[in-house]
Amino acid sequence: MREALDQWDFVYAAYALGVGGTLAMMAWSWLAMKRAEARREKARQR
Amino acid sequence: MHGFANPKRFLALASWLTPLLLASGLVLTAAALFWGFSQVPPDRLMGETVRILFIHVPTAWLGMGGWTAIAVSSLVFLVWRHPLAAIAARGAAVPGLVFTLICLATGSIWGRPTWGTWWVWDGRLTSMLVLAFLYVAYIALAQSAEREGVSARIPAIFGLLGAVNIPIINRSVVWWNSLHQPPSITMGKSSIDGEFLAPLMVAVIGFSLIFGGVVLARMRALLADIQAEARLRRRAMEAD
Repeated sequence: MREALDQWDFVYAAYALGVGGTLAMMAWSWLAMKRAEARREKARQR
Repeated sequence: MHGFANPKRFLALASWLTPLLLASGLVLTAAALFWGFSQVPPDRLMGETVRILFIHVPTAWLGMGGWTAIAVSSLVFLVWRHPLAAIAARGAAVPGLVFTLICLATGSIWGRPTWGTWWVWDGRLTSMLVLAFLYVAYIALAQSAEREGVSARIPAIFGLLGAVNIPIINRSVVWWNSLHQPPSITMGKSSIDGEFLAPLMVAVIGFSLIFGGVVLARMRALLADIQAEARLRRRAMEAD
């Protein structure tokens, strides 16, 4: 018996994971950088 | 090149290069993925699932490229003792890990309709999983070395030793029997049709620019943390 697999479901899942993971990494690294630079400025002004 | 190893010059360069790399990478990657998702025809053997190629291959290359960057930066740090090289190695770890995990996940998703299984313990998949574990161990080691005030040489030596896994991943499909296909792209040669190769190359460039932008953002964050910590420590000593 052959399984009925819709190939598009696998394509959607891979794209959602790849795009979501990449965007999340970019957003996290940008925000972490901005937070760290704000901390440095605060330490300079103290 | 050595001039940019000065943290002040590096920060001046990175302040405009980081958003430029991230923005241009995002545009190119979006264009390549749109091209691969909606414009290329289905493959004769893999059908529609061939579209996973445009995410899986760039992330696999950058997963390995990330560790190569760690190894080269670690070597520079160990030989020339330049602290920026140790920060560069740490900066490459997170994007390297994320791309390795995306590669493993998309490969597993691709494997189900093409091989009939989500996972096999063969040379390629196992060595790539080992790479993900190496990244996690490197990140934990570098963080604990910083927290405990231990020399950055320990994570640097680990980064250098871990590079042994890179040629193993690369040659695994040649050395051992595998469900994974042999290399489709080698030096100056490709068995991939031009219709698929063009968007793939755009995706590789786009993801590489994002990788570079994230490495710079991580380096800037690590440098800012070190500088803030040093300033607070100096203030505390002056107050005593």
